[in-house]
Amino acid sequence: MRALQSHVTTIGTLVAGIVLVGIVPFAVAPFTLADLTLYAAMAILAMSLGFIWGFGGILSFGQSVFFGVGGYTYAIVALNFDSPSLALLAAIAVAVTGALLLGYFIFWGRLSDVYLAVITLTISLIFFMLMNSMSSSIYRIGDVPIGGYNGIPGIPPLVVPGTDRSLSVAETYVLVVTVALLVYLGLSWLIRTKFGRILCSIKENEVRAELLGYDARLYKLAAFAVGAAIAGMAGALFAVYSGLINPDVFGIGFSAQIIVWVMLGGLGTLIGPALGAVLIQMLVVWLGKVQVIDANMALGVLFIVAVLLVPAGLVPRLQGLLAVAFGNLARSRP
Amino acid sequence: MALVLHDMNGLLMDLLAITLLEIFYGIASLALISLGLAIIFGMLRVINFAHGEFLMIGGFSFIMLTSAGVNMWIAMLIGAPLIVGLLGIVVERVVIRNLYGRIVETILATWGLSLFLMGAASLLFGYFQRGVSPPFGTLKIGNYQEGVYSIFVIVLAAAVYLSTYLVLRYTKLGLIARATMQNPEMASSLGVAREKVYAVTFFCGAALTGLAGAVLAPIAGVVPTSGLAYIARSFITVITGGATVIAGTGIASVLFGTVSQLTAILTRPVWGEAALLLTAVILLRFLPAGITGRYFRNGL
Repeated sequence: MRALQSHVTTIGTLVAGIVLVGIVPFAVAPFTLADLTLYAAMAILAMSLGFIWGFGGILSFGQSVFFGVGGYTYAIVALNFDSPSLALLAAIAVAVTGALLLGYFIFWGRLSDVYLAVITLTISLIFFMLMNSMSSSIYRIGDVPIGGYNGIPGIPPLVVPGTDRSLSVAETYVLVVTVALLVYLGLSWLIRTKFGRILCSIKENEVRAELLGYDARLYKLAAFAVGAAIAGMAGALFAVYSGLINPDVFGIGFSAQIIVWVMLGGLGTLIGPALGAVLIQMLVVWLGKVQVIDANMALGVLFIVAVLLVPAGLVPRLQGLLAVAFGNLARSRP
Repeated sequence: MALVLHDMNGLLMDLLAITLLEIFYGIASLALISLGLAIIFGMLRVINFAHGEFLMIGGFSFIMLTSAGVNMWIAMLIGAPLIVGLLGIVVERVVIRNLYGRIVETILATWGLSLFLMGAASLLFGYFQRGVSPPFGTLKIGNYQEGVYSIFVIVLAAAVYLSTYLVLRYTKLGLIARATMQNPEMASSLGVAREKVYAVTFFCGAALTGLAGAVLAPIAGVVPTSGLAYIARSFITVITGGATVIAGTGIASVLFGTVSQLTAILTRPVWGEAALLLTAVILLRFLPAGITGRYFRNGL
């Protein structure tokens, strides 16, 4: 069964890859491609939280911090050193370092759900306030001013390694989608390894896992760092996509969205959060266009309804329905 | 020479007095904005992420009532708490009641509520800042000026804490609330209507939050996103205080109020906020259940 599942994952990803990378770039307008790039970057971010929350039991309200830090790092390094590839690596490295530091205090303090949620939320708020307040030109790293609430504009795109040629819109799209698919495959693989199973067992019953000799703190810290690396990378890709990064990425609205993606898509799956991210991003864009109601208000209602009515999320719900349908089919056979 | 020395002394004393006043004000405002949250968390084990919006709505109710011609003190001390308290009852009925004991789900649902209220407020009131100028005028300490209203906030915070303590410790209502919190099954088998106690407790927590929002409105002003400015501070205070309502939140307020005000005076307000958080993260590393998780465990 497990082997079968693994094959389904690989084949499904391959098919999705062929469609998304091989067909879509030729079939749609560049403007739509740019939109799709954004969705893919958000899907990567969603999977990072889907992984640490769904499989590690770490409910972080600060996944957007790593995303934002990744984006800012990319911007600062790329503008200072004129080397986008180095900037991408730096974004990941800084996010991981932050996660290790924060994770040490959280996991070695053995903070429970509530405490973890509040601490991570507070950290993102602090970042939001600090970044917003750094509008004076004295706040700069290297040659790059932090820019306060205006953020950092003019972030350079990625280049083909070894040359000076920037990636086109279509190439950036292909790159980001490929990264998203690789992240999906990588995390699916990671969950099936020994590390992943131990992580899940810690989520289910931390005391039992510790009595069996596993150091829960270490495993959680590792998972947290992996999540931060992916989120940081997503942030850097987002900065590449938009050419601009501002403190809104640390805002409460954005960190709320990431949680809604995972909740609504389905906790305990990877595809669910990714789908949730794409669907809700489309919804937010649409709400912004029609301007009938405040986007925050709509998200808030969606949030409450999701918790009260579909606590398991859409993908597990669908899986459940499918399983029941197939089960009936199998049973009805003579 | 002697005169100059005396002057220097006087200046120092003035500086000391004003700094102390600022610190006390920091503690008092922190204590006020945290108490409602602490009651809801300590008694019901519910983390109310819409707490900041309750404060915001308290502020708006106060400003709307006063601009409608209601006496300022009635609007502040009765009107705003009542409105937010009633809102609290509705929220408890519709959202929280279905989620008792499921702490993560409560966090998520109340966060949704927070986004909803913020959006609703910006629709109703728009984004420009509203305010009422603080009453009482200012007090001159040497070359420094301080609003007398700050002193009122300090006195009020002390009075609110004292009366909450007295209610919880000495009245029948307080006894029933504490008993239900300690052992819900036992309490209901002795004839306590558990759901009613929860609803009343939630009302009290929300009302105190509304009061805090109204009291701080003349100083801070109110916008639909005002809640965001408060939640980080109040959550950290309550969480670090631990499950003990009065003692925990009180001690944490004193600690964080001092740290953040001193840092803010020495550098800039934003760094005060950052210092507060940093202290909390380090403190929680060593006292994961909060200050009262280890000390004062049997207090109130």
